[in-house]
Amino acid sequence: MTTTAATDVEKTTDDDESGTVLQRLAGTQAVWILGVLVVIVAFFAISGGDRFLSTANFSLISQNLAVLAVLGAGMTFVIITSGIDLSIGSVLVFASVISAKLMSEMGGDGAGVVIVGILAAVVAGAAWGFLNGFLIAYAKIPALIVTLGTLSAALGLAYVLSKGINITVGAESLTDFGIYTRFAGLPALPLLALVIVVIFGIVLHRTRFGRHTFAIGSNQEAARRVGIRVDRHLMLIYLITGVLGGIGAVMYLAQFGTTTIGGQSLTNLNVIAAVVIGGTSIFGGYGSMFGTIVGLFIPAILQSGFVIIGVDPFWQGVAVGAVLIAAVYVDQTRRAAAQRGAPRVKQAKEGTK
Amino acid sequence: MTAVLKAEGLTRSFGHVMALNGADFEVGLGEVVALIGDNGAGKSTLVKALTGNLALDSGVIEFDGRPVTLDSPTTASRLGIEVVHQDLALAPHLNPAQNMFLGREIPAKGVLGWLGFMDNKEMRDRTRERLADLGGTVRSLSSPVGSMSGGQRQQIAIARAIAWADKVVFLDEPTAALGVVQTKNVLDSIKRVRDRGIAVVLISHSMPEVLEIADRVQVMRLGRRVATYDGKETNVEQLVGAMTGALSLGEVSNGKEAA
Ligand SMILES: Nc1ncnc2c1ncn2[C@@H]1O[C@H](COP(=O)(O)OP(=O)(O)O)[C@@H](O)[C@H]1O
Ligand SMILES: [Mg+2]
Repeated sequence: MTTTAATDVEKTTDDDESGTVLQRLAGTQAVWILGVLVVIVAFFAISGGDRFLSTANFSLISQNLAVLAVLGAGMTFVIITSGIDLSIGSVLVFASVISAKLMSEMGGDGAGVVIVGILAAVVAGAAWGFLNGFLIAYAKIPALIVTLGTLSAALGLAYVLSKGINITVGAESLTDFGIYTRFAGLPALPLLALVIVVIFGIVLHRTRFGRHTFAIGSNQEAARRVGIRVDRHLMLIYLITGVLGGIGAVMYLAQFGTTTIGGQSLTNLNVIAAVVIGGTSIFGGYGSMFGTIVGLFIPAILQSGFVIIGVDPFWQGVAVGAVLIAAVYVDQTRRAAAQRGAPRVKQAKEGTK
Repeated sequence: MTAVLKAEGLTRSFGHVMALNGADFEVGLGEVVALIGDNGAGKSTLVKALTGNLALDSGVIEFDGRPVTLDSPTTASRLGIEVVHQDLALAPHLNPAQNMFLGREIPAKGVLGWLGFMDNKEMRDRTRERLADLGGTVRSLSSPVGSMSGGQRQQIAIARAIAWADKVVFLDEPTAALGVVQTKNVLDSIKRVRDRGIAVVLISHSMPEVLEIADRVQVMRLGRRVATYDGKETNVEQLVGAMTGALSLGEVSNGKEAA
């Protein structure tokens, strides 16, 4: 909502955050990268044909993205505060080991078993999130170091608890939910992920909590001075991210019916890459949940498309790396240009007033 | 005049630097006090101490005649004390309205508000009014303040402080980044705020500005107050003399040697 006067003055200097809503949207990184996604989809649709465009294929893609999306919802908050959480994959493994172990020890397939399994995973995730948050927000240890430490510790403990042997989940009601259950034709796990992402998106973009998250990432000192309880807020964000790791663990178990202790070593980087490709600034203060979802789809679509058109799927890693660096580069230059241009041009305008 | 905010013998050191060395200060409702002094005299440090942004080594602060401990900006805000810091303390990625209401967001009506949703339109409207009051040049309420000029940011910070201050507002070099017109607007706003019965403390290096607007002028040097003048009766030579120590009366009236 700006007046026409505002559009006249600001449009020339920085297109990205002013003008009409449409202009504003058009300038954001998330929309720019959405364009890249559309191009990629169009490319594979042409070269891969129906095999790529099929419902089954997109169903599979969304199934594979569900867990990452849930983790991405938390990571978006973390990165907007200019933090980082490297431990998220290990936390997921740890929570899935705890959960699977409890469920297999209880045995059977009752609702009680599944509920205990879910609660255990969530509590385990929350515990790591709490530890991360406490060390970062109150002990003031850099997030990179703290979560590098808990990345190692959570995975180590997962190996200790499981003796390195993956645990299968006997509770079929859980795995059936993950594999077969559909609502309105949509598989359950992606739908659950979508609900979580939408809720977190609304919290991020529409509530006080979200506003304070941006403020902390933008200028922590400013946030503190207006009375925002910065430490508590950061603590909560890492805690919630841990909880999402626990929920991700349950979803993972539901999907695959077993833990994969060694299989999550790149999960953290994949989630971080998605968040950053989606236009969230690694320096904090700026970002969107929508961008994270777009950022998740790009690697997934590339992977699927390469398989279908017969390109070695390992190229996906190369392509994603390139997109990541290009996305950040484009974003940075655009922003630097806006910052450089704005004050001078506007000052001149003020002067003529 | 009874002081709404009064400080006695404030000290604070950073390592070997005595930023405050027994500083006194007072300001009354409805008056403008200018705080002047050379760079490094301790003005900003004093302001921080009086707005809950800095812990003191020793000294007493009284508010409305009662001793208070200003242990956080929130404590000061609750007493009606606001400040525009020299470094502005805005969040550059947020827009003017978001900055204006940061930490004081207006909740949406009904259940939504209870859930943490905000009334963005109301906040925008009020921000627009406040900025218009300042005669400001901020045109876009949806651009991040980081993309605006120093003068525009300054106006937003000032508008914010004035909007929330019920008792005392501190302005640490508010006109340093402003052009002639905006400076005049800020000075006019200061007068309006004073006329509302609020105490205004202005830090400034511009002597004409100080002489125009200040009811009293307090001069700081080496971490303490060395002189106080009536704004109507002093002149540039006297003020500069006290600031630089060329005049000896400050030292004498204070009676202590600076560290
Ligand atoms: N956070 C700090 N750490 C170290 N020294 C400081 C700090 N803040 C202020 N000082 C020192 O205290 C003295 C007073 O500074 P300041 O209050 O900013 O002066 P003024 O605002 O009058 O120019 C200076 O010598 C400054 O270097
Ligand atoms: Mg200063």
